[in-house]
Amino acid sequence: MAKSKPRVKVPKTADAGEIITIKTLISHQMESGQRKDKKTGELIPRKIINNFKAAFNGTVVFETVIEPAVSSNPYIQFKVKVPESGEFKFTWTDDDGSVYETAKKIKVG
Amino acid sequence: MKLFSTKSTALFGLTALIASTVSSPVLADADNNKLVIDGTPLVTDVAAPADSELDRLYSGWRFRSAETQSLQADDFENPAMPFVDTGADLWNAADGSEGKSCSSCHNDAEESMKGVRAEYPKWNAKLNKPHTLETQINECRETRMGAKPWKWESGEMLASTAYIGLQSRGMPTKVQTTGPMAKWHDMGKDLYYTRVGQLNMSCANCHEEQVGKKIRSDHLSQGQINGFPTYRLKWGGLGSSHRRFKGCMDNIRATPFKRGSDEFIALEVYVAARGTGLSVETPAVRN
Amino acid sequence: MELNKREFLTLSAGALAFASVAGTSGIALAAVEPTADEMIKAFTSGAAVGEGKVSLTTPEIAENGNTVPVEVSVESPMTADNYVAEVMIVADGNPNPGVATFKFSAMSGEAEASTRIRLAQTQNVIAVAKMSDGSFFMDKKAVKVTIGGCGG
Repeated sequence: MAKSKPRVKVPKTADAGEIITIKTLISHQMESGQRKDKKTGELIPRKIINNFKAAFNGTVVFETVIEPAVSSNPYIQFKVKVPESGEFKFTWTDDDGSVYETAKKIKVG
Repeated sequence: MKLFSTKSTALFGLTALIASTVSSPVLADADNNKLVIDGTPLVTDVAAPADSELDRLYSGWRFRSAETQSLQADDFENPAMPFVDTGADLWNAADGSEGKSCSSCHNDAEESMKGVRAEYPKWNAKLNKPHTLETQINECRETRMGAKPWKWESGEMLASTAYIGLQSRGMPTKVQTTGPMAKWHDMGKDLYYTRVGQLNMSCANCHEEQVGKKIRSDHLSQGQINGFPTYRLKWGGLGSSHRRFKGCMDNIRATPFKRGSDEFIALEVYVAARGTGLSVETPAVRN
Repeated sequence: MELNKREFLTLSAGALAFASVAGTSGIALAAVEPTADEMIKAFTSGAAVGEGKVSLTTPEIAENGNTVPVEVSVESPMTADNYVAEVMIVADGNPNPGVATFKFSAMSGEAEASTRIRLAQTQNVIAVAKMSDGSFFMDKKAVKVTIGGCGG
């Protein structure tokens, strides 16, 4: 399967101090480690996105520690109060060490 | 009342949905909700054509829970969309010995692929049989691009059929059933009504005779395929209509046909024709 | 059950961390997943957990246990000295009860987050919030999980 693809939805503009909603989704199988291979009967090793971070102008403002019980193609929605214009950076970390990143700018004022 | 506007908080803004369900008359066990995706209304029920065995056609969306419905009503909530993005990348990616991509011939998919999903499977004279979207893509890959064909249910194929299908979203399903397609339509119809498997059931036993009732706590729909490839929560990903056909056959303990077999192509022609007039919903979200 | 080296190390580390947090002896036991109750005790270090403040929203009946929407919000002014630090979500009927932990900050504005989770069977989903002053609050919702749609 193709490499994981992140998608994020951040408003392009906001008023200073406004609380905005951010929606994120990344394509990922989220192999729980609980499933068995139908042919061999062996457990399929766990491979999930285990952490998600959102940073604003370099400061982490929201983080999620993710367990295998989160559905495939994990969706996370949260809020942030934006004081000023700047850039959000979003980071997903895979069990295999891969890191997926994307960024969005927001204009405040 | 407009449901599912872009501003609504889709996941939990369910009060309006529930209210509309309760206050409206029951319609053939499909609900009365309206599907509006990012401001565009879709047709989820339509009068059946004169020769149809159904009274009225309903999209499977109308049989799903409010939570599942809301996932499809907002393109950001729709978990199929990252795969659509992959499909867009593949559209522009050169592959094979000719160094061509889909866009080398077909330019912008948003223009050139508009309406394509709505009329597939489509008769191909050279092939002397209908092309499904999958076989058409592979023909392009092999003969134009000099690339290896993709497997029916591969991630690349599903991403591509989802991306191409999305360009027809909202357009009415309209497959040809006359001329050389009549034979395929009739073969599909035979399969639809033939009881098979240890449970000795036909497609019609569930999807025509028992629509709206519960089977294994699932709400039985008409088995329409206007949203394929569809994102099934059960699969945790996209799947083709042939995968769904195979799943049904496994359930009734029948030996399923192969994806891409003449039987499944014929069944796809017939089932698509049973949904004539319903909007293409690709990529839909189902349970 | 066979584990590869990484899984074994991860699980052992988890068991050890849990054992030390819970204040039990530091002997490395077999890799057994803690129960939901044990996870909550480890999260709160045994502190009392109050009712209220937290509201967890889930469907009463999930159409498919593979993708169940959950939303949590916690009443808090979300200022630099009074905010919700973390919310742990657990599912008490899953083989591995841990689901996710949301870590908020004063910049969150509102302590509200949602995700989609897997529930193996009908069970309770529990959200425990840790406030910046070290107090804890929780909410619990029962979710009925149907057998997951018709085959395929």
